[in-house]
Amino acid sequence: MKTFKVLGSGCSKCQKTAASIEQIAAELGIEVRVIKETDPMVIMQYGVMSTPAVVADEQLVHSGSVPQRAEIEGWLSA
Amino acid sequence: MLEIFTYLADVLVYRLAGLDPSLKVADALHFFIEDTSKIFALLLVMIYLIALVRASLRVEQIRQWLDGRNRAAGYLLGSLSGAVTPFCSCSSIPIFLGFTSAGIPIGITMSFLLTSPLINEVAVVLLGSLLGWKFTLLYILVGMAVGILGGAVLDLIRAERLLQPFAAKAYLDANQAGATAEPLRLTLSERHRFALDELRDIFTRVWKWVLIGVGLGAALHGFVPEGWFEQHLGEGQWWSVPAAVVLGIPLYSNATGVIPVMESLISKGLPIGTTLAFCMSTVAASFPEFILLKQVMQWRLLAILFVLLLVAFTLVGWIFNLLAPFII
Repeated sequence: MKTFKVLGSGCSKCQKTAASIEQIAAELGIEVRVIKETDPMVIMQYGVMSTPAVVADEQLVHSGSVPQRAEIEGWLSA
Repeated sequence: MLEIFTYLADVLVYRLAGLDPSLKVADALHFFIEDTSKIFALLLVMIYLIALVRASLRVEQIRQWLDGRNRAAGYLLGSLSGAVTPFCSCSSIPIFLGFTSAGIPIGITMSFLLTSPLINEVAVVLLGSLLGWKFTLLYILVGMAVGILGGAVLDLIRAERLLQPFAAKAYLDANQAGATAEPLRLTLSERHRFALDELRDIFTRVWKWVLIGVGLGAALHGFVPEGWFEQHLGEGQWWSVPAAVVLGIPLYSNATGVIPVMESLISKGLPIGTTLAFCMSTVAASFPEFILLKQVMQWRLLAILFVLLLVAFTLVGWIFNLLAPFII
C-alpha cells in the first residue's frame, strides 16, 4: 500500500490536497494511506519551503500548490 | 479611464435607484459601488498580469539569491523579495525554517517575512486606485524600511539565540543548503494556466475583505462628518499615533481589508501618519501570525518582535505627521 504524506500547516490548500489524493485513489480502487504532517520540524527535514507538499513513499514529489489530477494519478500508478 | 466606474455608480445609484444625491445613504452607496467595481476590475487585471511574470519564480531561488550576501545588501534584498513574492501566512513557518537551515541570518529572513504581508500587488492596486501613486510609493518605501530596520535590529540583538532549540540548531548546523533551484522554463500557455490559478486563488481569498473594507469605508464616508477626526484626533495630540497602533493590533486584517478604510479616514481628516501607523499595525502585527511564529521562536523573541513593531509603526506615524505638509 502506498503511503502519502501531505506536508503543510493545516491550511485549506493542504486539506484539499489530502482529500483529492484520497478521492482519486478511491475512484481508481487503489488503497492508500494519507497522513497530514503539520509538524514544522518534519516539514523542514524534507527541505520543503512552499506548502502544501506531497511525499509519496518517502519521496518528495510535489510542493507549492494543490496538485493537478493528472499528477496524482501518476503517483498512484507509479 | 477610471471615470467609467464613477459613471457606473452614478447610473446605478442616482438614475436606476433614483436616490437623491444629497442623501447620506446615496453618498455611501455611490462610494461603495464605485470603489468595489473599480477595485475588482483592477485586481482581476493586475493579479493576472503579475502572476504571468512571476510564474517561474520559486522561493528556493530567492533563498539562493539571499544566501551569502553581506548584511546590508541582505536586508534590502530580503525586504525586496518579500515585496514581490506572495505567500499565505501558512507558508511563513516553512519559509522561515528553510531560510534558517540554509544559514541565512535571522534578520534577513525576518526582513523578508515582515515586508511580505505589508507589500503585495493587491495592496499596491488598492493604494494606487484609492490614494494615488504618491501615497503608494510612500507606503512601499515605509513598508520596506520597517522590514529592513526590523531585520537589522533582530540581528543586532542576536535573535538566533532566542529561537526554539530545534530551529537554533538548524541554523548552527546550516549545511543542508537545499536543492539548488534553476528557474523554471515555462511556455506561455503554462504561464497562462499558472496565472489563472493564481487569480482564482487570490481572488477567492480577498473578495470578501474588499467588500468588508470598502463597506466600512463607505459607512465612514457617508456618516462621519467632514473633519471629525481633525477635531477629535488632530495632529496636536502626540498620543493619537501610539493609540492607533495599539488599536490596530486586535483588529486583524490583511492589507486588502484595511486600505479602503484608510482612504475614508484620511478624507475625514485623520492625519496621514496616524492612518499609516494604524494600517500597518493592523496588517503586520497580529495575534494569529504571532501564534504561528511561536513554533519557531521563544516567547522572549516574540515579545521583542512585538515591541519592535509597535515602536516602528509609532515612529512611522510621528514622522509622517510631521512631514505631511510637505508630501501631500
